[in-house]
Amino acid sequence: MTEFTRYLRVLPGTQPDHLHPPYVSSRKRAPRKPLVYMPYTISEVTGPVFDPDLAKPGSFDLTRQHSGAPLGERIVVSGRVLDESNRPVPHTLIEIWQANAAGRYLHTVDQHNAPLDPNFTGCGQVFTDEQGHYRLVTIRPGEYPWRNHYNAWRPAHIHFSLFGPAFATRLVTQMYFPGDPLLQSDPIFNCVSDEKARDRLISVFDWENTIPEQALGYRFDIVLRGREATPMEA
Amino acid sequence: MRLPATTSQTVGPFFDLGCAPLYRTELAGPGVSGERVGIQGRLLDGDGQGVPDAILEVWQADANGEYAQQAGLDSKADENAFFGFGRIPTDADGNFRFSTIKPGSVSAPDGTRQAPHILVSVFARGLLTRLVTRIYFPEEPLNESDFVLRMINAGRRRTLMAKSVSGRKELREWNVILQGTNETVFFDF
Repeated sequence: MTEFTRYLRVLPGTQPDHLHPPYVSSRKRAPRKPLVYMPYTISEVTGPVFDPDLAKPGSFDLTRQHSGAPLGERIVVSGRVLDESNRPVPHTLIEIWQANAAGRYLHTVDQHNAPLDPNFTGCGQVFTDEQGHYRLVTIRPGEYPWRNHYNAWRPAHIHFSLFGPAFATRLVTQMYFPGDPLLQSDPIFNCVSDEKARDRLISVFDWENTIPEQALGYRFDIVLRGREATPMEA
Repeated sequence: MRLPATTSQTVGPFFDLGCAPLYRTELAGPGVSGERVGIQGRLLDGDGQGVPDAILEVWQADANGEYAQQAGLDSKADENAFFGFGRIPTDADGNFRFSTIKPGSVSAPDGTRQAPHILVSVFARGLLTRLVTRIYFPEEPLNESDFVLRMINAGRRRTLMAKSVSGRKELREWNVILQGTNETVFFDF
């Protein structure tokens, strides 16, 4: 037998099924045949490890990527990346992307009739430190319409993409803001039955990381799929 | 006490914005040893339409069956080193293409050898969580005994095979069919 790390199965209700009919785009794209459940192999428990030099200096601060300051409310988003056993995930790449303060993405496909901001791109990268901490500076993204259903508006959100230590730990998610009235009608946010799981996608106002006269703080902790305890660790 | 993993959410339609810095469709630099192979195909939805807003991420071993420990995708990257990671966007018609080397065989959990394969994650608008599949090579003798392929009914195994295009071993066609009779095999683990 070849021994290697294995990862935990997901907890029921905490991860979306592929088909979620209220999210109209899933209907023609979600597979209809059952997934083939397979054990972990060396291929799934290894994965790309990126060199922290990959992130350009300043790529954590989306408010300083142009000659002028972007419009909107400056915010500091920080938190920790942990695994399911509460261990920090160190030196892992986080990629983020988001709309500007008016709810418009700098993207050719986005035809929403809201202005682009010449001082805001909406793309960031940061690596976690030794203890899994990360910190980003950006502006609060605007809500925007998306035609999923009549008068559909996406709640304000920031896209997060993380790798973690293995192919198995790859995660793409979205961070939301507390008190957003659009959350209750958003089929993407409401894609899982577990209310606590949904609530963990909502950042928490963070007084400690709020900078006086400068920016509100929001805390968003992220948990990547964890390893099974091995007999050595037990 | 187990902390539950954060819920996955779709990449949405505007992922280019954040994902483009890591787009990588040529996986093997000129100094990398191994059998060169170009893999092209289409990502198709339930209506047979190409999916224009998707990315494939691939992960594979080198020609000796070793997975890289460090992927330096910056300007300092050693052109003789093989990292095995690619991120490939689909075009307006759902086409994708990448070039790499054929991976070597890696071990299976039961101590046997797995047939050479490439892991693929598919991210797209409409997918709340990624889809995971594998690319295999039809000419490989190890396919017969591969424990993953043996879990799949024979009729569906061919959805994972990168077929030679016009008899050229260095050019392969491999499609991702999201729904329907020829739906690609997707894995859960």
